Amino acid sequence: MVVRRRPQRGHRFTESPVLQLALQGWRSRTVGLLLMAAFLALVARGFYLQVINNDFLQEKGDSRYRRDIEVSASRGKITDRNGDMLAVSTPMKSIWAIPGDARTMAADQKKQLAALLEMSSRELDGKLASEKTFTFVKRQVPPETADRIAKLKLPGVHQELEYRRYYPTGDMTAHIVGFTGVDDKGLEGVELAFQQSLLGHPGSRTVIRDRRGSIVEDVGATKPPQDGKDVRLALDSKIQYLAFSNLKAAVDTNNAKAGGAIVIDARSGEILALANWPTYNPNNRHSLSGAQLRNRAITDTFEPGSVMKPFTAALALDRGKVRFDTVINTAPGKLTIGTATISDAHPHGALTVAQVIQKSSNVGTAKIALGFPPKEMWEMFDSVGFGQAPNLGFPGEVNGRLRPWKTWKPIEQATMSYGHGIAVSLVQLARAYTVFARDGELMPLSLIRLDDTPVHGIRIFSPQTVREVRAMLEMAVQPEGTAPKARVAGYRVGGKTGTAYKIEGGVYARKYVASFVGIAPISEPRLVVAVMIDEPSGGAHYGGDVAGPAFSQIMSGALRTLGVPQDAPVQVAESTAAKGAL
Amino acid sequence: MVRFNMILLLIAVVCALGVVTSQHRARKLFQDLESEQERARQLDVEYGQLQLELSTWATHPRVEQIARSRLHMVLPDAAGRVVAPLPKGAR
Repeated sequence: MVVRRRPQRGHRFTESPVLQLALQGWRSRTVGLLLMAAFLALVARGFYLQVINNDFLQEKGDSRYRRDIEVSASRGKITDRNGDMLAVSTPMKSIWAIPGDARTMAADQKKQLAALLEMSSRELDGKLASEKTFTFVKRQVPPETADRIAKLKLPGVHQELEYRRYYPTGDMTAHIVGFTGVDDKGLEGVELAFQQSLLGHPGSRTVIRDRRGSIVEDVGATKPPQDGKDVRLALDSKIQYLAFSNLKAAVDTNNAKAGGAIVIDARSGEILALANWPTYNPNNRHSLSGAQLRNRAITDTFEPGSVMKPFTAALALDRGKVRFDTVINTAPGKLTIGTATISDAHPHGALTVAQVIQKSSNVGTAKIALGFPPKEMWEMFDSVGFGQAPNLGFPGEVNGRLRPWKTWKPIEQATMSYGHGIAVSLVQLARAYTVFARDGELMPLSLIRLDDTPVHGIRIFSPQTVREVRAMLEMAVQPEGTAPKARVAGYRVGGKTGTAYKIEGGVYARKYVASFVGIAPISEPRLVVAVMIDEPSGGAHYGGDVAGPAFSQIMSGALRTLGVPQDAPVQVAESTAAKGAL
Repeated sequence: MVRFNMILLLIAVVCALGVVTSQHRARKLFQDLESEQERARQLDVEYGQLQLELSTWATHPRVEQIARSRLHMVLPDAAGRVVAPLPKGAR
């Protein structure tokens, strides 16, 4: 077999020189490099945006859809013991402007705005003439008005949510509740005393808004708003109304300058009513005078006069110096100690200790008081709370004046026994009388409702002493006593009148403070009511005539409101009626 | 192998679409929640205003004034008052 090599005439097509790529290698490399470079550029740009410039871009993005919003919190309510509203916050809007922008408003827009805000256009121009970048046009605008203003789409005019405080009971509870300023800050009364717990703390949240402005997602941490806590006072608005209206009537009929009244629940020490006259409307505080703002019952002191006598008598009974029926000679109605003479309004002869209180004899009380050393008397006054603030947590509580016993002269000890030379506030006086209502315990007072937990005070006198003093107090409202007008039908009451001269410029003037402090029902005391009328000038000036009737009205109304069982017969229904009763 | 990858890709796409729709639905629901909460706030405000109105109408001076002038009511004096004692055992 002959193997012949085929002559090399042709090529395999892959080796065809025609098909041989005639491209130079650098061209493909260039294209490759360019593509690579383009990718590198993209990576570099990406790196720049994602890493180096990230914060800036993130911020820009956030500013387009992310919003921090404040969630407002409202101030706590103040209610009375039964939940009746005494102070409530309701939302309002404040209208503010950037004056520079707002000045570009058209004239008729300005007119519309002024009309809605009930301002004159000149007043509005005045506000907008400010060079500041922010000015309040009007605060506390009702929400409906604010909505109408928002619809006008005025340039540079904005609004903000705020709260306004309303006091439905108005002047009746003005002194005890107090009021707040525009910035929700308590300025007086309970609003100031309980500022910390009433105040709400606004929350905040960060959200994403869509292009229509509605919230689509919560991002980041949210802080929930904390509304202020409600404060439930011990006050009973019905008794408060009784105290207020009767006090007002007493001030009017006696043509007096001012007055105060307090009702205390002897079982718990809660203040059920505290009224002052003159007063003010806390919802409209234009043109207020200092006299209107004074919470006299707590912040003013006066020389109490004869209402102090029962304390002197109680001390003497407690120490065994006298008995209920020890006879004291008060004739001839005058007593000279050193260079000074004290006298009775009406001279009496020989009186028992009980009659000394019943007829309010200064001479008799002074004789009892001089029977013990000044220190003992000072200690007793101090222990029932005179000379120290009553610790209610109320702004402006006063200590009163009780001078140290070492400086007492005998005449001063004598006058102090019937309430001159010592200054107390009405609330101190009412509190001291809880001793007689509570079998000898001095009760701590409370502005806040206590939840029926039994409260105990500090024992000052023995129960036996107090029972005897109560009998004396009851005698004082009998026809032979100083205050028959203080009686209450259906209940046994007891109390003591006070008629004190006022000191003006260091000397006693012919001006009086008439007072009455009493307790009821005597068989099982529930309430202490104190009434003080300043400078009565309608003819009568004795405590029994001026403050007595008001006491009687307030006490009878309060006892009825609380449903305290009667302890004196008025008229008892026949048992047939009782059988039909539930 | 290729087939398996295709299936994985398909699953990934379906998951991605699922994420998108559920995100959308979550936002819708959140918006509803928001508007309901806003309504609750509004009602709360309104409740406060109504409470305020109620207590303004029901103040004791106003009640007494209406009782006395329009309804001609008076407080009975002591003689007109009768105490009904509770029957034994009743409370």
